[in-house]
Amino acid sequence: MTKILIPSGALGLGYDRDALARGIAEGPDLIAIDGGSTDSGPHYLGTGTSKYSRSSVKAEWRELMEARARAGVPLVIGTAGTCGADSAVDWMLDITRELAAELGQTLKIATVKSGQGGAAMAEAFAAGRITPLEAAPKISADVLSACTNIVALAGVEQINAALDTGADIVIAGRTTDTAIIAALPIARGAHPGGAWHGAKIGECGALATTSPNSGTILIEFDDAGFTITPMGAEARATPYTVSAHMLYENANPHVLFEPGGHLDVTEASYEALDDRRVRVTGSQWLPSERYTVKLEGARSGGFQTVSLALVRDARYVENIRAWVADIEAQCTEKARTRVNADFSLELRLIGVDATLGPLETSTLSAGEVGVMGIVTAEREDVSREVAKILNPYLLHHPLTEQEEMPTFAFPFSPPEMACGEIFEFCLNHVLELEDPLSAFRIETLEVGP
Amino acid sequence: MTTLADVVTKVRSKNAGPFWLTFDIFCAGEAEFGEICAALNTERVAAALQVSSTQLKRFEISDLNVLKFSLPRPQIQGTRHDRDMHGASFANILAELEI
Repeated sequence: MTKILIPSGALGLGYDRDALARGIAEGPDLIAIDGGSTDSGPHYLGTGTSKYSRSSVKAEWRELMEARARAGVPLVIGTAGTCGADSAVDWMLDITRELAAELGQTLKIATVKSGQGGAAMAEAFAAGRITPLEAAPKISADVLSACTNIVALAGVEQINAALDTGADIVIAGRTTDTAIIAALPIARGAHPGGAWHGAKIGECGALATTSPNSGTILIEFDDAGFTITPMGAEARATPYTVSAHMLYENANPHVLFEPGGHLDVTEASYEALDDRRVRVTGSQWLPSERYTVKLEGARSGGFQTVSLALVRDARYVENIRAWVADIEAQCTEKARTRVNADFSLELRLIGVDATLGPLETSTLSAGEVGVMGIVTAEREDVSREVAKILNPYLLHHPLTEQEEMPTFAFPFSPPEMACGEIFEFCLNHVLELEDPLSAFRIETLEVGP
Repeated sequence: MTTLADVVTKVRSKNAGPFWLTFDIFCAGEAEFGEICAALNTERVAAALQVSSTQLKRFEISDLNVLKFSLPRPQIQGTRHDRDMHGASFANILAELEI
């Protein structure tokens, strides 16, 4: 029996402190928490930085480090710093070092780095070791070389290698959401289908229960399956909440691909042990012939500057599409003569179809429309320049020549806001490995007062 | 007019990674699940999402009374053409379909 305590779906999201204390009292074998996801967008992988604030991460990590010390078991974070790039692992290590000094804890830390070099990846691509998954964008050696960060998603082999060093804390770069939970149970001989399935159910903390915000859950893994117990006082796991979690953020509700194989839950059965605990058996783990890890990569998408104007005049609101079409055409033409570089200009109608664009079906009309100008260019100065050329149009453009010059509302000064460099995800591929550890780097160090 | 949202428990959409979008339609019971599966044929959902029906994966999960659709994201998450980073607003398109 291996007990894994999961304090929350992600470090930085917060959780119920009492639930964590109850979890520690249950005597877990390991505390596992996820630090990231691609869900927040490509900026974080592109820049190798964290979405959550350093102070929030530090405050919550402090509590987990204290809980770890009380429990005397390893604490593992996967996908450190939102994206799991090497720089994000270093960022997390820096926070851990600071806290170890503040808390007076002497600790052995293992880091697992998942970053991949662009040139090495271009070589692997040429050798046919990088293959696309469904709906993958087209890639080339140039695309791989242009990525600011490429990470490979570690599985249980790499996490177990880090745990084998005897580390008190493992700070892992990009891992699959499940690997940090499944690793120890698998190393101790738990049912592999049960281990991966329980890990999938646990990866979002209490999301698979009736009280998602309570955060903390305990999963017990054994040689036939797993049992989930929520730690929140009011939280309940039911066969429905647990089985429904396989749907969440998952294109296929029955199958989950992981490094080294896939999980199939088609035959899983869910049994309520009482009104708050659920036991699951019958999940299957099917090892693959080749060991592959998924890759994520982000490259620059140019530089962006945005501007926001508000249109309240009823006649302009009524004719807003004609108004922005005219501005787009005129401003694009003028900017082409004034900046000698490529750019794109889009005016998005907030309150009309800004969310769904061409898929919008609603015909409701509001009394005002926000007009968001978005300028994207390969160079930052070009993007700002075109946004400044756009400004007089958003300020004074008339619907017809034969009318007094209108003036529209601006909520900000300056009206242009630089978004800086933007990034785009460009890999939905897997990398074949001879040895699971060959694409990852594990290092150990001592920290403390 | 009765919409899908009026007759089911919940309609949600979300990213399934940066390249996929997934929709979960939760029905309260078996009878309702059967009706919704019949009413929402794949062609109709594909038309509402403006994709070809061959791009749409359909899962009828009778244990949960959930009808699920997955498709490649209309725009890769976070590109400059993407309007919804988390993909949660797409649910409205199906929720507002007339049943």
